Order: sequence, then structure tokens, then C-alpha cells
Amino acid sequence: MEKFMIPAAEKILKGDKMLKSIDTDVFESLRTKNVDALIAAKNSGSRIIGMYCAYCPRELILAAGAIPIGLCGTVESAIPDAEKDLPRNLCPMVKSSYGLAVSDKCPYFALSDMVIGETTCDGKKKMFEIMESKNIKDVYVMHLPQMPDNNVSVDLWLSELRRLKDYLGKKFHVQITDAKLREAIHITNEEKRVLQKLLDLNQQQPVLISGMDMLKITYRIGFHPDRKEAIRLIEQVADGVNRAFPAGDLKTKRILLTGTPVGIGSEKVIKLVEESNALIVAQENCGGYKNVGLHIDENDPIDPLLLMARKYMKIPCSVMSPNNDRIDLIKKMIRDFHIDGVIDLTWQACHTYNLESYMVAKAVKDDMGLPFLHLETDYSQSDVETLRVRIEAFLEMIN
Amino acid sequence: MLTAGLDIGSRTIALVEWDGMHIVRKEVVFTGIDPLKKSQQLMAGKHYDASVATGYGRHLASVNTLANCVITEIKAYAVGAHQLFPDVRTILDIGGQDSKVIQVKPDGAVANFEMNDKCAAGTGRFLENMALALDLNIEQLGPHALEASGKGVVLSSMCTVFAESEVVSLIGRGEDSHSVALGIHQSIVNRVCAVVRRVGYHPRFVFAGGVALNPCMRQLIEHELKIPVSVPADPQIVGALGAAIQAANNLSGKKN
Ligand code: SF4
Ligand code: SF4
Repeated sequence: MEKFMIPAAEKILKGDKMLKSIDTDVFESLRTKNVDALIAAKNSGSRIIGMYCAYCPRELILAAGAIPIGLCGTVESAIPDAEKDLPRNLCPMVKSSYGLAVSDKCPYFALSDMVIGETTCDGKKKMFEIMESKNIKDVYVMHLPQMPDNNVSVDLWLSELRRLKDYLGKKFHVQITDAKLREAIHITNEEKRVLQKLLDLNQQQPVLISGMDMLKITYRIGFHPDRKEAIRLIEQVADGVNRAFPAGDLKTKRILLTGTPVGIGSEKVIKLVEESNALIVAQENCGGYKNVGLHIDENDPIDPLLLMARKYMKIPCSVMSPNNDRIDLIKKMIRDFHIDGVIDLTWQACHTYNLESYMVAKAVKDDMGLPFLHLETDYSQSDVETLRVRIEAFLEMIN
Repeated sequence: MLTAGLDIGSRTIALVEWDGMHIVRKEVVFTGIDPLKKSQQLMAGKHYDASVATGYGRHLASVNTLANCVITEIKAYAVGAHQLFPDVRTILDIGGQDSKVIQVKPDGAVANFEMNDKCAAGTGRFLENMALALDLNIEQLGPHALEASGKGVVLSSMCTVFAESEVVSLIGRGEDSHSVALGIHQSIVNRVCAVVRRVGYHPRFVFAGGVALNPCMRQLIEHELKIPVSVPADPQIVGALGAAIQAANNLSGKKN
């Protein structure tokens, strides 16, 4: 059965390699450069701290003079190593993250002086316990409150930020001053600002940048050791966009991807959509648009940690209850990006996103009147052809 | 005008030739191990003004120029069923290796769909394996079950492999094979109807695909969903018919 399944439209992706609105080669080359640069930074005394989630307070890491690096596992190859210790029926992102850590296959994990986790979902928080028990790394877990509209949540998160601040100060013998925190807030604001500028380019009709190219940029840039340089690179690519070479035409179907995070290695749904001649115009997920709009007012004179605590409680992630902001964000993105249909991706065994799909479906279908597709899958390639049928059928519904 | 619709499924290949009004020719053959060759044989020596492929092998057909366009079996079933029953609103298709439920808008466009393709339970493959366990061929299984005097035996296993050994041991325990056969049908109906309820259903309800040839399945679905079920005269060619009509629509520039 497998052998006669042929991808739909590889030719379209190949033919126009030269004629792109943006140059992704710079970011492609970061793949090896990032590791080298991190090793160099480490050798000259820099600290590196691994993060697993958008809730990780990167401003504190920057203010401690350390380099923040995202360690979320997006590759299938690390999963067998994880399944030696973890149940099979677990989110592939949790398994991949753990597998990369214990197998020593991830240079970024190896280079990290410590990693920070949060009590987001059950899978992650129990995985961190096991990771810690392996004694391979300093694993620091933060207690993330889960009812963001409740005032005590900001209080709890604020005290967790203070606890981390003390910990980093002692561990790395640094003084995290308010001035340093404000500088870190500024850098983080800037990074979100330029990212949003880049992502917003796709509000254009026709779409300028394919979902795959956008993913390459946002994913690779996350491993850059120098955030200021990263900001410069993102702004440069956004400013240099060539509008004469859009990624599609006015008839290309414009799809919004929401749900669980996607990275290089776990991009199969984006690939399938774009092989079927539609485009992922925007992603609401982590790594995409989820928190690019969350800015801290740099002129507000109150405790910078409190400003941070408030910001983080606004991230519209499914681990929060209720999570109405995600629905509002999806509706706003549908309008801003002229979306024709929404795909909601759930990694297998991710209960929070899986359940929340009910609300997303209602908002997309009933309130916005658009076709909606919920996909539940993992990192393996075994279901690619059945996913392709679903995706093609979903695209046929758009007319 | 002559168009062709080719539905390359995992178990059977169906071909329909369409002149814009009527089915001119229809064929159903087993897919076998070389679906491309089988399809080429079916279409040999014919000239079509347009052809559309659907089913798992749709891209294979199009890459090998057997079809100038592909549509999914979801759309193909919607178009085909809408031709046969213009008032269709829900389609249940149970094929050899998957099953799907499609909700259709009044104009025949797909409104919503759900597929089961993760395991053999809830597909024709389940029935085939159970028929084997009962020493019946697949055509006999439905009528055999309809002869049961009382209720069907409740099967506890959903998995095809476990259900097979359960059937063997039920027979070994002296259970009536008619009741066991009825229980087998009930088990797959329960599973499929759960998906139907999830998607939602309205009359007219059309039941298509190879498994719709089984009279017991149709009766049980009617009973379970409390809705009249229409089975096309030739339930295996609905997808190919939809593809052939789509080819004609493409020619005339009609959308959908
Ligand atoms: S989706 Fe939620 S839990 Fe996952 S990385 Fe993003 S914020 Fe963290
Ligand atoms: S995708 Fe879901 S289960 Fe996986 S790490 Fe994120 S919140 Fe947890």
C-alpha cells in the first residue's frame, strides 16, 4: 500500500528557489554557526541556560548575563531514548526533549549550565522530576499558576520570579539589578517587536513568505547566542523583503495553524499543507504569534519583576484555565491575515490542547464561519498519507 | 463528452465512465499489488475528454497521466452521492481499510467530515477477518447474521486480532454462530455510529462503500441511529462516479 503514494506538488517548491521574497540562507547557515558561537561564548566564560517553554522568564536569564536557549524537542530520533524511561503514550515533545537530554544527542543541552522547567502540563512536570533524578544537569522547576485571571496567580508567579532571581544570583555570583532587568526587558521587547514585524508581512495579499521558510527563520534564530545580533538579523530580513516574489498568488488558500508548537523536525503538517498548494500564512502557536504581542511598558516605574509576572500571565497557552485570550487571538489573526481556514494541531497525548480544540472549533466554525480541521498526530511519518487525505479534503472545503 | 472517474482504493479499484448525464460503463476490480497496471488495463484503448482520480492511489494515477486532476475520496463521495440522491445530507462510507462520515451541505459541498483509518476495527477488514473465523465468505456473513433468532452475542474486544480469537472461543463454547455473526456486526456498528454522532447526521442518510453491500449492516445502522438509510444500487462506485462527474464539471468550468 505504501509504495504508490506520491507527494502532490514537490515541483512547485523546487522550481522557484531563486525567486523568493526573502533570503533564508543566512538562517539556514545558522544551523552550524550557532553551535560554534555558543561553544566560543562558553569558552570565554558565558553561562548558558536551557528553557523548555514560553513561560520561562528569559529576561531574568539575560539580566544574569547568561544566554537563553530553547531546548524543546522537535525531532523524532530522540524518542526511542526517551521511551526507555517514559511511557510511550506521552506527548512527543516531552519525549523528544527528554530523549535529547539523556542521550547526549543535543549540543545545546550539553552546553547548558542549567535548565529551567515549569509546571505547565502533567507530562512536562513529571518528566522534569525524572530528568532531575538522572543527575545529568541542574534542573530548576518553577511553579506555574494556572488560573491567569485570578490575582493570586500573579502573586505566585512574582514570588517564583524572585526565587529564580535569588537562585541565579547565587549560582552564578551575579547581582541582578533592576537596571539590568530593565535592559533585559528592553531587549526582549525588541525581539518580540521585530518578530511581529516579520510575521506581519504575511498579512499582505498575496502571501510573501511560506510557512516553511518562516519556520526556518523563527526556529534557527532561537539558538542564536547573541540576542542583539538576532534582533538585527530578523529586522534585516523583514526590511529586505522583496514584494515582487510572493510565496503564492491571490488564489492561494491562506491557512492559519494553531495548537501545539512546531519546530524543525516536527513540521510535517506545514509541509503537507504547502505540498497541497496552500500556504500556512500564520501560526498562532508558541514559536509563532502566541506571545509576540506581549510587551512590557518600559516607562512603568514599578518593580520590573511585577511587570514581568503580569506579562507572563497573559500568554494564551492551553495549560491555563480559562484560556479565552487564545480564542480572541485566533479570531484577530483570522481577520488580520485574511485566513480561509484553520488547522488545529494536537500532539498525541496533549490533553490540554486536545480538549481546547472544542472551543477553537466553535469559534472558527460558528463565529467566524470558516472550515476547521483538528489533527492529532505525533512526530512519526507513519500517518503522512492519511493526514494528506484529511488536509486535501479540508482544502477542498475552501472555495 | 466522455469523462472517467477512477477510484483507487486499498482493496478495490472502481472506474466509472460518464457522458454528462449517465453512467456509460462501470467496473470494480481488486486492487492487488500493482494498482497502476490494473488501472491502465481498465482504461486501455479509451479516449476521455477529462479524467479525475480519487482514493489512496489518486496521486499515483495523476503522476502517471491516467488522470488530469485529483480529488480526495471525501469530495468524490459527496459529489457522487449528491448525484444519486440530490437531497443527501450525511454519507457513511465503510471501505476495506477505512471508514468516513461526511456531512453534506444542501448544494452537495462538504460541510464536515471525520475519518477512521487508524485501525481495522470499524472497517470492512474487520468483517472479512470475522467471516474467516466463522468459516464463511464475506457475502454470506450478513445474511447469516440476519438469521439469528435473538440478540447478538456481545463481543468485548474491539481489536481485530483479539476479536478473532474471541469469536473462535465463543464458537468453541457452543454459542450459536448466527448470534455470534450478529454480535460481530453490532460491534462494528457501535463503533462507526459513535463517529457518525460526533460529526452529526441528518436525513437523507446514504450508506456507501463495499460494506454497504451487507444487508445486516444497513439494518443495524438504521436501528442504531433511528433514521432511514439509503444504499445506492452500486455502493462501491460512488467515489468513482463523483470523480467522473467532477471531471465533467472541470470541463464545463463549473465550480465543485
Ligand atoms: S504551548 Fe504552552 S506549555 Fe508549550 S511551550 Fe508554549 S507556553 Fe509552554
Ligand atoms: S504539547 Fe501539550 S503535552 Fe506536549 S509539552 Fe506542550 S502542553 Fe505539554
